[in-house]
Amino acid sequence: MNSFFKRRYIIQGIFIFVALVLLGRLYYIQVVDDRYKLSADNNVLRKLIIYPARGVILDRHGKVLVQNEPVYDLMVIPGQVEEMDTLEFCNLIKISKQDFDKAFKKAKNYSPYKASIFQKQLSALTYAAFQEKLFEYHGFYVQNRSVRFYPDSTAAQFLGYIGEVNEKEIEKYDDFYGQGDYIGKTGIEKSYEDLLRGQRGVKNIMVDVHNREQGSFFEGKYDSTAVAGDNLISSLDKELQLFGESLMINKIGSVVAIEPSTGEILASISSPSYDPNMMVGRQRGNNYMKLLNNPFKPMFIRPIQAEYPPGSIFKVINALVAQELGIINPKTYFNCPGGYRYGRNGWMGCTHVHGTINLEQSIEESCNTYYGNTYNRMIDHTGLRPINAYTRWRNMVKKFGIGDVLDIDLPAERPGLIPTADYYTKRFRNDKWTSSYNMSLSIGQGELGITPLQMANVMAILANRGFYYKPHLIKAMGDKKIIKEEYTKKNDAGIQGKYFDAVIEGMSRVVNAPNGTAYNAKINDIEICGKTGTVQNPHGENHSVFVAFAPRINPKIAIAVVVENAGYGATWSAPIASLMIEKYLKDTISRPKYYTDRLLNANLLPGQKKLYFKPSNKKDSTAASEVKRVNAVPLIKPKIN
Amino acid sequence: MNNQNRSFFFNVDYITIFLYLCLVAIGWFNIHAAVYNEDEALINISSNSGKQLIYIIVAIIVAIIVLLLDAKFFLTLAPIFYGITILLLIIVLVVGRNVGGNQAWIPIGNFRLQPSEFAKWATSLLLARHLGVMNTKLSDTKTLLPTLGILGLPVLLIVLQPDAGSALVFISLILVLYREGLSPYFLIGGALMVLLFVLTLLYPKLYIIIGLVLIVAFLIYQFRKHRNLITVFVSGLILSVLFIFSVDFVYTSILKPHQKVRIDLILGKVNDLRGVGYNVNQSKIAIGSGGLIGKGYLQGTQTKFNFVPEQSTDFIFCTVGEEWGFIGSFVVIGLYVFLLLRIIHLAERQRSSLGRVYGYAVACIIFCHFFVNIAMTIGIMPVIGIPLPFLSYGGSSLLSFTILLFTLLKFDSNRMGIS
Repeated sequence: MNSFFKRRYIIQGIFIFVALVLLGRLYYIQVVDDRYKLSADNNVLRKLIIYPARGVILDRHGKVLVQNEPVYDLMVIPGQVEEMDTLEFCNLIKISKQDFDKAFKKAKNYSPYKASIFQKQLSALTYAAFQEKLFEYHGFYVQNRSVRFYPDSTAAQFLGYIGEVNEKEIEKYDDFYGQGDYIGKTGIEKSYEDLLRGQRGVKNIMVDVHNREQGSFFEGKYDSTAVAGDNLISSLDKELQLFGESLMINKIGSVVAIEPSTGEILASISSPSYDPNMMVGRQRGNNYMKLLNNPFKPMFIRPIQAEYPPGSIFKVINALVAQELGIINPKTYFNCPGGYRYGRNGWMGCTHVHGTINLEQSIEESCNTYYGNTYNRMIDHTGLRPINAYTRWRNMVKKFGIGDVLDIDLPAERPGLIPTADYYTKRFRNDKWTSSYNMSLSIGQGELGITPLQMANVMAILANRGFYYKPHLIKAMGDKKIIKEEYTKKNDAGIQGKYFDAVIEGMSRVVNAPNGTAYNAKINDIEICGKTGTVQNPHGENHSVFVAFAPRINPKIAIAVVVENAGYGATWSAPIASLMIEKYLKDTISRPKYYTDRLLNANLLPGQKKLYFKPSNKKDSTAASEVKRVNAVPLIKPKIN
Repeated sequence: MNNQNRSFFFNVDYITIFLYLCLVAIGWFNIHAAVYNEDEALINISSNSGKQLIYIIVAIIVAIIVLLLDAKFFLTLAPIFYGITILLLIIVLVVGRNVGGNQAWIPIGNFRLQPSEFAKWATSLLLARHLGVMNTKLSDTKTLLPTLGILGLPVLLIVLQPDAGSALVFISLILVLYREGLSPYFLIGGALMVLLFVLTLLYPKLYIIIGLVLIVAFLIYQFRKHRNLITVFVSGLILSVLFIFSVDFVYTSILKPHQKVRIDLILGKVNDLRGVGYNVNQSKIAIGSGGLIGKGYLQGTQTKFNFVPEQSTDFIFCTVGEEWGFIGSFVVIGLYVFLLLRIIHLAERQRSSLGRVYGYAVACIIFCHFFVNIAMTIGIMPVIGIPLPFLSYGGSSLLSFTILLFTLLKFDSNRMGIS
């Protein structure tokens, strides 16, 4: 003991104080701060994602529309790369020395210890040559991946394409996807993404400080296996689809064919189209820009996005609605003096002076006067105020699936348009307007907008005499071949079956009577019921429209064909529909070769001189040649027997 | 003296021995975890844990020998031990093996001797003998100068290696002198110097000098009636300003580049997690990822897969932190504090000031190692390579700490008998 005895407490205090400082710091980094746990996982844990095979899409007969094809990504771990023969390496994978240096630097900047893609998507051929030498190059390895492959290059807009996810999509799906993952961007790939993508597997491995694998994490407790995506069976008939596409080459427009008894879409053609394989692979970005800049908009999915005034085919609907309203019946006659006079000085011309005609004839000969009278009666002479009568009429028309999306299983479907009564009230600045204010609706012109899909669906209603199933492209999903419930429900068009007789008779005569507007579409042993339409186009030549179903008894196919800027419906659309129907029902074409060739070879793109029988190579405009490039699909010659 | 005739374990402080054994055992288990490999046998003589087991056995035998020897033996021979270690420190500068930038090891066969470890023990003994035998006041220059000489000589030689860590340990012996009557101004001055050093590296000199002037002006105003205090304040201010200007010189000319970077790293002036900051960052990750209860024994991924460098020697605490979590860290630190307080307790119960001085020296050395090592692994001190007493892998370290501690226990068991 000495006089400085008390100093022991100061020294003990220093010891305890220091220990408390250490403990405080330890408490902070071990218990409070989570950062270090994450860093620790980042250090040792490598999550290897096992990508499942994406679902395959088949056509209705089980033929492949989209499948997966393996590609080989060349990976590199820069830290493990040793001295090597760079020149030989470059030759093997067919890149320049500069590209090699660039790619290597990029990988090294990313991380010397983690793998990154050195060269994307080596072709099978390159890979085969490279594979034998691979072992010589330390730090390089090849990772298999699969990409979409479209064996027949068909139905591009409907199948859609996949692409790397963007920030928005990552957010939308709650981080289900990671950077670099693929997701359906358009078409079926998008609308059935949940089924097609399957379930990704994760393998957790641990690595040491040199990134060498040290075995699985917790004996694979947190690992999961990949589950392949569901296969989808499309309602499309590949042969019919290909045939339709070839008919539509060098034309702008749509063909939609539906099986009336199910709502299954048999063919859906949007022209101009493109080879879906363009959206896969290294050239994808360039191709995408090319397609985007094409003046004929190959990315525009015309069957579900193009909205046309329907033209004369709308008379079919007016005929049915008017009958249901009790305004006309098959024995109602109107006199056609070559046009219809309405309002104070309105005049709606007709194609001919039809004289006194009945309902059947009005369809057969597409008499505007008949429908002017009918529409006038439906709106102005019902005992209701015209605007209320209009609303009632509009509601009945809407039951045909017009003016609203049909809920097809594709993204970005357009609803079409039937203006509301309010629209006209606003436009005419009072609500005392009458049928004479929008008389063009009687013959399907004016403010109407109907997509080709809706047109085909109207034909399905005619074929079924009063109901339809929602049109759809996928008829069965997965191994259990499930069909979406909404596609098995009948939708009533609100017209009694008996009112269809006269209209269908008229439609049959359109094709089968010598003076019908589409007599050139007649097939000897198939009774086609159809209706032509010519859509007035303020921007250029009229659009040619033809809708039909066949055969008349027990119909198997309902079809709508729109060829833009092609004039009368009978000239182009009716023969195309007729060929499609024959192809589908008989699988052969009975017409003479010139009949088909005329359609196959016609170039109806705007700015083209009309060519009826011979293709011309002389005066291709730049735009037209662009489209030819777009149509990278080798022209498929239909079987002509 | 006849106590010894009954048993050499008579009167030995069993609490200290228990704490010692606990720490050594914890050390071995963690060294085993750090080098653990599932494919190898449990105990492999060629692995670190296998070798450490041999060192432990040797250390225990040495501990028993120390207890068997006469306490006077150490004190009488203290100058000789001191002389030998000084000689070894000189030899190491000539023939030493350069390991990690420090010329601190003398290879003897396949064993490497680190003389600075034993110098701590010898210096403590001589210090005890000097202060205990003289039994004079440290305020007396005649006592103080030789004392500083005893401390200064090994520090000088160690700085030449250069081994900053060991030098720091010798400097910590200033606490012993404080206990024996050294003016507290030395401690306060030392603390101020550290503070000023850090501040000077962080902030512009002008601001610090203005701040100091303001503080001193305030103090002078407060104590304006105490003339002698004013002199102290003013001279303190002048010394501080001189010190501030010398910091740059010390920093740029005396410190080695790697030491500068380590200091910059702690001060947050550089942030290089892949380069010089790698060790500390990985060490923090390992400890931090342990959480409250740790990952479990042998489950530590950071240490097992070699993310932490030097994990069985200087960074052994990472394994503790990662596998045993905060609870494990708490236990280990608790054991150290308990041991340190127990040593002070032993020191204070010595009848002779000689034993007390030695006891405090032991406490200071262990404390300095414990603090600097753990503070380094959790990033509150620059990386200074000194081992964690009893835990770190290494023969020299374990052996020297064992001798250090058991010499005190020998004194303690004989405390009644030593004059």
